[in-house]
Amino acid sequence: MIPNVLSVDRLRRLYGDTVAVDGVSFEVGRGEIVGLLGPNGAGKTTTINMILGVLEPTSGTIRIEGADIATNRARALERTNFSAVYAPLPGNLTVVQNLRVFGLMYGVKELPKRIEELLDQFDLERLRLAKCGVLSSGEQTRVSLAKAMLNRPRLLLLDEPTASLDPAVANDIRTQVREFVSREKVGVLWTTHNMYEVADVCDRVLFLSHGRILLQGDPLTLPGEHGKETLEELFIAVAREPLALKRT
Amino acid sequence: MTFHRIAAIVLRQYFLMRGSPVRVLPIFAWVAIDIVLWGFITRYLNTIASPGFDFVPMLLGAVLLWDFFTRVMHGVTIAFLEDVWSHNFLNLFASPLSIREYVGGLVITSIATSLLGLLTMVVLASTVFGLSFFVYGLMLVPFLLVLFLFGIALGIFASALVLRFGPASEWIVWPVPAFISPFAAIFYPVSTLPRWMQQVSHLLPPSYVFEGMRAIISGSPYRGTALLSSACLAALYILLASWFFTRIHRHAIRTGLLARYSAESVN
Repeated sequence: MIPNVLSVDRLRRLYGDTVAVDGVSFEVGRGEIVGLLGPNGAGKTTTINMILGVLEPTSGTIRIEGADIATNRARALERTNFSAVYAPLPGNLTVVQNLRVFGLMYGVKELPKRIEELLDQFDLERLRLAKCGVLSSGEQTRVSLAKAMLNRPRLLLLDEPTASLDPAVANDIRTQVREFVSREKVGVLWTTHNMYEVADVCDRVLFLSHGRILLQGDPLTLPGEHGKETLEELFIAVAREPLALKRT
Repeated sequence: MTFHRIAAIVLRQYFLMRGSPVRVLPIFAWVAIDIVLWGFITRYLNTIASPGFDFVPMLLGAVLLWDFFTRVMHGVTIAFLEDVWSHNFLNLFASPLSIREYVGGLVITSIATSLLGLLTMVVLASTVFGLSFFVYGLMLVPFLLVLFLFGIALGIFASALVLRFGPASEWIVWPVPAFISPFAAIFYPVSTLPRWMQQVSHLLPPSYVFEGMRAIISGSPYRGTALLSSACLAALYILLASWFFTRIHRHAIRTGLLARYSAESVN
């Protein structure tokens, strides 16, 4: 049996009396892309922040390749990386400088060679000496993804990686992530509001609502199982009538 | 602790400085201005004071040592603030980097920048204003060490405050040396201060350094044990500041402050 890259067990997070994440359990396997979907405020980013170790769960456990983030943080995060629109790389360093700094931080072997591979892979060669702060949204996303793949992570967390990109660039990004996943057998947790993207890249989806996993399954068959035509319709139903869906 | 992660923090600061004259200039400029200003003041005072009394080692030496302390403290906090200004915390703290490694990187950065500042001051003070460091003898080394340790402690403490209270609290960092300067007895003996201020002064390692400096210049006896205890005090403050930073970081992770760290979200 192939062990899971990520195991989340009964994860719960309270902010005062407000329940942001309420007993969530799921796994991400090697080479699997799992979509974490849900309306704004459903608890997606809170879940990702807990997996990244920047937010402490109220209860529950998170294991990355068997390493508990609470007790073995460095080992767990050595095998993890992420890209999120709200965490751009420092704009006052160039593309190559940022990749060198984060490559060192993640202890990447043969760093110069790895950086050249990623510059080539993400078509960043001509931008290598540009400061990240002056890049377009699409270029910044590509740099952020290059950083996310620097350490050949076993677990990759992508929080709306294509949110600010035009369809052509978004399509390129999806292709590159898919290739990376199939080559390196990485487990990916991917949040997005783009249901076309979900159907295109995700092997499995988890629908979060009010901090709970409401539905999960294959993105291609899940809408039909709940009497909906498309994922978009299912998403709207999750957002507006979560209780009705729970009963189906 | 792993060396490569500490090196990553130092490398980031090096890249920032290499590409930005406006970051490099203050390392030299403020200390140079202080030395020039106080150099001329001491020259003037020498012309109106009793013959034989030299203000240069007393005042200019004190300014040099105090500026060194200030540069050490600001060396830590500026390196920290670079990460605040560039919203880099999520990238840093979602990596395997530990707090000890992060703070270690800030301290090494501060060592480099404060030594450059010290070199500038030493060259200016000795070549232009004739300050001879032989006056202090070997005691100069422990003087610098105590000030360095206390500067690091205060830098870590001030950074922790900014982490706790948000980017808008950066103003706290800059005047910290000014707040403690009246108690540090830089230009006057501790005995000049009222009793309650003397009690505060005894808790500040720099006050022992400046008392020692004046004692050496005036040829009075000075107990090395006092300086040793100030070094121990400064080392204790580093431990306390590191503990404080770790606690604040822990609090930021527990409350969600770190995940939402920005000028708008932190109160």
